Amino acid sequence: MTYPSDRKYTKDHEWIQTDGGAASKVGITDYAQRQLGDVVYLELPQVGRALKKGEVFGTIESVKAVSELYSPVDGEVTEVNSALAQNPEAVNKDPHGSWMIAVKVTGGQEGLLDAAKYTELTK
Amino acid sequence: MTQPASGTLKKTPLHARHRALGARMVEFGGWDMPVEYSGIAAEHMAVRTRAGLFDVSHMGEIEIAGAAALNAVQHITSNDASRLADNQIQYSALTTPTGTFVDDVLTYRLSAEHFMLVVNASNIVKDFHWIAEHVKDVGGDVVAVNTSSRYALMALQGPAARGVLQTLTGVDLDALKYYWFATGEVANIKATISRTGYTGEDGFEVFVPPSAAERVWDAILQAGKGAGVVPAGLGARDTLRLEASMRLYGNDMDETTSVLEADLGWIVGWKKDEFLGADTLKEQKAHGTSRKLVGFEMLERAIGRHGHEIYMAGQKAGVVTSGTQTPFLKKAIGMAYLPAGQTAPGTEFDVDIRGRRARAAVVPMPFYKRHK
Repeated sequence: MTYPSDRKYTKDHEWIQTDGGAASKVGITDYAQRQLGDVVYLELPQVGRALKKGEVFGTIESVKAVSELYSPVDGEVTEVNSALAQNPEAVNKDPHGSWMIAVKVTGGQEGLLDAAKYTELTK
Repeated sequence: MTQPASGTLKKTPLHARHRALGARMVEFGGWDMPVEYSGIAAEHMAVRTRAGLFDVSHMGEIEIAGAAALNAVQHITSNDASRLADNQIQYSALTTPTGTFVDDVLTYRLSAEHFMLVVNASNIVKDFHWIAEHVKDVGGDVVAVNTSSRYALMALQGPAARGVLQTLTGVDLDALKYYWFATGEVANIKATISRTGYTGEDGFEVFVPPSAAERVWDAILQAGKGAGVVPAGLGARDTLRLEASMRLYGNDMDETTSVLEADLGWIVGWKKDEFLGADTLKEQKAHGTSRKLVGFEMLERAIGRHGHEIYMAGQKAGVVTSGTQTPFLKKAIGMAYLPAGQTAPGTEFDVDIRGRRARAAVVPMPFYKRHK
């Protein structure tokens, strides 16, 4: 699996694709979906929620496991992918195309990994 | 998301096969076991529609032999083993003196004076010590032996199981009834074949010597290729057994829950003179228990899981013992203990899921029953 170079990654296996505006997309990586297995449930926050870097913004459940979703940055939730919440198994099929929330980033991007470093981490 | 330190865990004779097949391994009951190969949902569906092959060699076998073997089995287990003929099997409980579960077991009658109990992996040592101690209670000539290391055990489960296994054995599988076993050969290896399983599908469990396990495993997968047989892991085993409403020791019952609380009165031999826990269970049968295991379905999008607390009218009323979103029924279902008197189908309650209350309702079990 190659990780797209158009975004940054966290050690907790989220990705963030920053757009410089109010809609930086956040999702989980292919590595994360493989560890989880068949995703069956996704719980996402309300629009307008303020997030701190590392704060839990939602929950993802597979048949076997429950895992929390952590915000890669400080910011505010501007959009929630409710279509994905209705069809959460799409996370397994296309993890890097399955954004969960859009965030208006308010803080810096310290600690985020580029694709090469993240690939290294998951080896 | 970390792999267990597999060096400290026990390995089945098929461990190398699981690694070679790319299985995700997890610790289960002290064993390094495959949780999934292609994915829990895909394996679950394969078993419901074709067949899946499971390595369940971690399960234990404890044999009880001697002139007093039947008396001993009758004393330590709840079901009535005197009703078994040679080559017949029954589901039973290894009971404490208060009618709770030391373990749940399958009792195989090998002969009039020789029985085999198939026990849960995590309980092998505990069960063996318990059994060795309590077979002495009956007096007479009887010995218990832990023979777990003498067997590899595979389960071939699903509608295609019989056709596939039949190509590898001379045993007439059509004539082998549910909860009976036969001895013969599978892929030219001496084997015991029992028509049992933990999935709610038709299927077989095959006991072979550990040294021949890989050969039999390979032969079954090879013979099943055309029929779409796939290796299946403990993840699918758990979702399949839950859909079929089969209890899991350690989740749905244990040493704190009685056989009647687990709603398994049908595995109690009420006509038996005596067994460990009989007095308590008879008392509970006459006067009822304070709680009972029920099946439930979530009424809103949420998954009640093992350990989640249950609230009725704002008061803590019980606990979820098993629960997941199941691949075949595509519903969030589970089992839970509820107060007696509030267990009728349709009864609603709240499940506390990480601080959020979600509505659920009692539904009849089994959730899934195959078409015969």
